[in-house]
Amino acid sequence: MAAPTPDPDLQPLSALALDLQLLPAPLPMWRGRVDPAQWLAAARTVAESGGRLISLWGVDRREAGGGMVACTAYGVLEGLVWLELPVGDVAAYPDLSGVFPSAARMQRAAADLSGLRADGQADTRAWLGHGLWAGGVPLQSGEIPVAATSGTLPADYRFVRVEGDGVHEIAVGPVHAGIIEPGHFRFSVVGEKVLRLEQHLGYTHKGIERRFTELAPRDAHRLAGRVSGDSTVAFAWAYCMALESAWHCNVPERALWLRALMLERERVANHLGDLGALGNDAALGFGLAQFSRLRENWQRLSGEAFGHRLMMDRVVPGGVAVDPSPDLQLRLIQQCDAVEGEVRTLRTVYDEHAGLQDRFLTTGRVSPELAAQLGLTGLAGRASAQAVDLRSDHVWSPYDQLDVKMATQRNGDVAARVAVRFDETLESLRLMRTLCASAPAGPTRVDVVATGVARAATLGIGWVEGWRGEVLVALEVSAEGRIVRCHCHDPSWQNWPVLEHAVMGNIVPDFPLINKSFNLSYSGHDL
Amino acid sequence: MWHILRQIARHGILTEPPPRIEDSGRAHIERIHSDLLEILGQALTIRAVDAGSCNGCELEIHALNNPYYNIEGLGIRFVASPRHADMLLVTGPVSRHMEEALKRAFDATPEPKLVVAVGDCGCDGGIFGESYASCGRVANVIPVDVVVPGCPPPPLDILRGILSAVRQRPEHRQGRAGR
Repeated sequence: MAAPTPDPDLQPLSALALDLQLLPAPLPMWRGRVDPAQWLAAARTVAESGGRLISLWGVDRREAGGGMVACTAYGVLEGLVWLELPVGDVAAYPDLSGVFPSAARMQRAAADLSGLRADGQADTRAWLGHGLWAGGVPLQSGEIPVAATSGTLPADYRFVRVEGDGVHEIAVGPVHAGIIEPGHFRFSVVGEKVLRLEQHLGYTHKGIERRFTELAPRDAHRLAGRVSGDSTVAFAWAYCMALESAWHCNVPERALWLRALMLERERVANHLGDLGALGNDAALGFGLAQFSRLRENWQRLSGEAFGHRLMMDRVVPGGVAVDPSPDLQLRLIQQCDAVEGEVRTLRTVYDEHAGLQDRFLTTGRVSPELAAQLGLTGLAGRASAQAVDLRSDHVWSPYDQLDVKMATQRNGDVAARVAVRFDETLESLRLMRTLCASAPAGPTRVDVVATGVARAATLGIGWVEGWRGEVLVALEVSAEGRIVRCHCHDPSWQNWPVLEHAVMGNIVPDFPLINKSFNLSYSGHDL
Repeated sequence: MWHILRQIARHGILTEPPPRIEDSGRAHIERIHSDLLEILGQALTIRAVDAGSCNGCELEIHALNNPYYNIEGLGIRFVASPRHADMLLVTGPVSRHMEEALKRAFDATPEPKLVVAVGDCGCDGGIFGESYASCGRVANVIPVDVVVPGCPPPPLDILRGILSAVRQRPEHRQGRAGR
């Protein structure tokens, strides 16, 4: 992929006079080094200009002769800005949670996993660590931590206590009543009304980012594809984009079209599943039966066309692993036509069903103002008027030829998140017909080798609009071809804290419905 | 309401026959089914426990409830508490953070109980393996009766695993169940 021509006038954060370098990547992404003052100034400038914090993480480069750094990725009008701040031996950096509330948990995770401390952060409770490993810091070079012996109980977590007449607590999880990922929710309620929800996550933490450092760069897309199983295409693409960017590899055009086709199929599969589950959570079992039927048809054809019902391991470094036959491409198009008719029919049913709308409307509302303040992102953000979608904001191939129409709503309630799912499903069906019909011919994979950049440490970043929102993979490979750090970020990081706000004032029985309308990832968050 | 009825009528019943474990097909399944009824009474209740999976296996377990597999039609039901369950369906490498929760769910399940580990991670730790944060396969934490490999295994494989766990139960667990 050729780097976009650098234009100094288009450089983001130009008022700060940072030395930013344009990365050779399909999307506009810059990288630069800052000092502590610039670190804070950059955060404020991004916030004031309406930009967003995408992710924050720590890197230990001491083994490769470098030092410890704190990193942030910001989304701004021009694209993505990746900043790194050397933190030295004190391993501390200025707290950003005052500027971006969503930074708070990411900073707590960076403390647990990388041993970096945010100077001035009020909440210093461990987040991903439950006190069950010791003897090292997972993402630092040197001693590998050891799991506590079996039978050791997790450390106590200091939940915020809500006091007052008639207030009681409902504790839920980590094992949830359903086929759901594990996490803990602590509700403080009066009667049926939720006063406060506090989440405690990290239960599915299985050392993914440490595991990356043990895998070869050409194989690690498989691990990226298992950060969150429902977003396997998005994460695998982001990982491959990062590696291809780091090693200056050009992916064949046809492979990019097939990646987009799979990404849109993943989006529709998840939206169909969620639309059924949302109907079911509002007591319309008919909705679950119908949408789960559509989803099963969908997954079966994915299995036939791509060899895997969830399309795991189909996006590979240098391209894609499969190229559906012309016959299957035709069936993919026909399925889009069939599903479109069905989805339109079912949307009418949902829209006209008074009982369903009664549960959906005004439930779990996040106002556009609150969404902007807290950094609500992705699908849930678009339902609260946060108009961000990489597929239309920073078009990369093939999205530059598809003219994606972003779906947005302003009400920010369950009904709005349902409406965004319907709109995005219909738009994705349109995109997939074009992706199948107009994909250029040619090879679908090239060898990914560190040509031209061999014997030098390299970095790359991948940035993809998954079904839940923007996923990010930041990759650093050493001169010897070893993964030094691979940071994966799921938009659930931003949205979990907002869910705490969305349920305030709602009744307890509406929590499952509100939770489902966000459908956030545990595994993608806990890593 | 009219739309709903029309939609239901148009698609009819889609439920497919349960998986054939061998070519002898139906007879075999019927025997499994009658085993199931004989051993467990009227039905099989399952408590799914995600002990650290990537959520891929959960998507395929969910699919078992769709009209094609219709496992409730086989008398198999997912329940909300391990205390109501005959079987634990466990996914994931067991994260260190879920180890205690999984053990407690197992202890809360009344005897006689079955455990099916679903997915490559549940079978052998999968790509995550064992580490400071992962205990690896499910059998490292609780006794497992049947494993269902696959990443994730398709719904039919999961159903086969469930049925074969039920089938092997009488000889396999006789001593423990006190039968």
